[in-house]
Amino acid sequence: MRPADLLGSSWSAIRTHKMRSALTMLGIVVGIASVVLTVGLGLGTQKDVSDQIASLGSDLLIVSPGSSTDDSGMRGGFGSAETLTLADADALASEIAVPDAAAVAAEKTASVSLEYGESNWTTTATGTSVSWVDVRSRELMYGSFFTDDDVTAAADVIVLGAETAEELFGSTAVVGQDVTIDGTQYEVIGVLAEAGSSGDTSLDDLAVVPMTTMVESLDSSGASEAVQTIYIKATDADALSAASQEAQALLLNLHGIASVDDADFTIDVQDSLIDAATSVYEKLTVLLTGIAALALLVGGIGVMNIMLVSVTERTREIGLRKALGAAPANIRNQFLIEAMILGLSGGAVGVIIGVGLALALPSVLGSTIVISGLALVVSVVVAVGIGAVFGVYPAARAARLAPIDALRDQ
Amino acid sequence: MTSTLSTETTMSVPTMPEPVISLTGARKTYHTGDIEFEALRGIDCRIYPGEYVAIVGPSGSGKSTLMNILGCLDVLTSGQYVLAGEDVSTMDEVALASARNRRIGFVFQQFHLLASLTALGNVELPLVYAGVAPAERRERALRALDRVGLADKARNHPGQLSGGQQQRVAIARALVTEPAIVLADEPTGNLDSHSTADVLGMIDDLHAEGATIVLITHESDVAARAGTVYNVTDGQFVGAGTEIAK
Ligand SMILES: Nc1ncnc2c1ncn2[C@@H]1O[C@H](COP(=O)(O)OP(=O)(O)O)[C@@H](O)[C@H]1O
Ligand SMILES: [Mg+2]
Repeated sequence: MRPADLLGSSWSAIRTHKMRSALTMLGIVVGIASVVLTVGLGLGTQKDVSDQIASLGSDLLIVSPGSSTDDSGMRGGFGSAETLTLADADALASEIAVPDAAAVAAEKTASVSLEYGESNWTTTATGTSVSWVDVRSRELMYGSFFTDDDVTAAADVIVLGAETAEELFGSTAVVGQDVTIDGTQYEVIGVLAEAGSSGDTSLDDLAVVPMTTMVESLDSSGASEAVQTIYIKATDADALSAASQEAQALLLNLHGIASVDDADFTIDVQDSLIDAATSVYEKLTVLLTGIAALALLVGGIGVMNIMLVSVTERTREIGLRKALGAAPANIRNQFLIEAMILGLSGGAVGVIIGVGLALALPSVLGSTIVISGLALVVSVVVAVGIGAVFGVYPAARAARLAPIDALRDQ
Repeated sequence: MTSTLSTETTMSVPTMPEPVISLTGARKTYHTGDIEFEALRGIDCRIYPGEYVAIVGPSGSGKSTLMNILGCLDVLTSGQYVLAGEDVSTMDEVALASARNRRIGFVFQQFHLLASLTALGNVELPLVYAGVAPAERRERALRALDRVGLADKARNHPGQLSGGQQQRVAIARALVTEPAIVLADEPTGNLDSHSTADVLGMIDDLHAEGATIVLITHESDVAARAGTVYNVTDGQFVGAGTEIAK
């Protein structure tokens, strides 16, 4: 039998039983569409997170209080310990001790209630130094950041995030206005340009004040020397690990700790955050893909089911074909190719629907979906493979039918 | 028995060609659960090129079983079957399929046409399994349809044809491979009297053109058109083949 004729007889069987073929395909369509969607969603979320982290700057070191207790990144007392101080920040800013650091900015935060006329807004106030704007890669929309003189004088000046200004004043053009915190008036000298969000936290809802102002007026923790985070910007991305080692050596020395294992602080590289986030989303992608694979398995069983029904229904046809000279292999191949064509068309339709949803959904869900060409090709190949695998058993059944039994079947 | 026959053959008709069909001691036993049923109980038979043979007998006598054996659709439990010089008794499934394809043309009582194919497509089917190229296939199938007088119905599907026409399409399909033998099992069983005459006339014509035909029937007037009639009862031939004088 010629291969073209084999293909032709499979194709004509599919066309003759349109409804049944469509039903057989349905499971594959749903399975492949969900694979395309879930993989796309996983990759998209991963990309979103990487983009956000990358936007923070890849030449950044983040020093946090508390120690790293194990390799998985779980930290004992992370963020709550008071082991990082203003003195540490000053020392890290020294060009001699940490030559690969371009700039250092410590952050000390407190929750504050801002008032303006009748309106008030609760946000996080961050006390820091002049280098913060550079270190955190921020820009100002209006006005300017505070100066070293403001820091020295512990001036009552404040820089607001765009969202904070909008919530409090209903506008962002508020430079020169005064806000009141605990009865003290602070002059708004700048408004930060929008930076989006990092995970759950908005980067635009905050108030920035000189560190001295924070310590003297806003901090109520009783630990006036403690800071939450020290950011170190390396001279360039290549100097990042050198800067990290220098900072680690300095802090161990300052804290009188002999071994790295006993360190009461943690230095994170921005890249490691990306890695951690990536691994989380890789796990998510694997999970979603697993669910989609389950959907495909169900689709495959559907193919087998309906192919078995088809074999039973077409017993007489199989018998006749055998009587006319079809060898068992001819019959087997016809059913196998039928199942593979169903897999192929189901896969193709599934890809089209999946991509269609992927284009439509982001505007609804607000999440990015990344369509990878490789994933689409693999999906279709998998669909054909499922047709083949789940078609084998029905095809073998058809091939084994004895022609006389098949012909007697009424 | 074999020696007797061959002696007879050589002596009386020295120019006789090789038989198309040669059955020797053919037995077929069916097993249904624990029950054994012997449907063929030692049949010997030679059919020569150009013969028109009818096999008659009551229902359940083993006619269809014999037809299945002759058509290579089933194999003997014991005995030997030689078809056009090839020993079919020892063939595997693949070889049997090929033997059916090359040597046998079937005409069934239920026509057994595929509803999804046109008349032409149905007639082409044996050639598809023979691996004949589409152009040649088409031409040969059209010629076969022309031979049964249905060239103008080539594009029709079986559902659009009368019973008689459908059976003629089936006959065209049986002819298209130029088989050694045409096997017809109750070919008029599902036809009205007019179509019956039509189809039997067609088979007469084929015989006149040189085809070898084995027709199975339980109607004696149908059998009367054949050259030789074998009577089957309980899986055995009763008496020798009766030559019909024309
Ligand atoms: N596949 C089978 N299994 C068991 N018994 C069978 C089978 N086919 C036929 N028989 C039996 O063999 C006998 C002959 O059947 P068959 O050849 O169909 O007779 P006919 O065609 O002359 O009516 C019947 O008694 C029938 O019941
Ligand atoms: Mg019968």
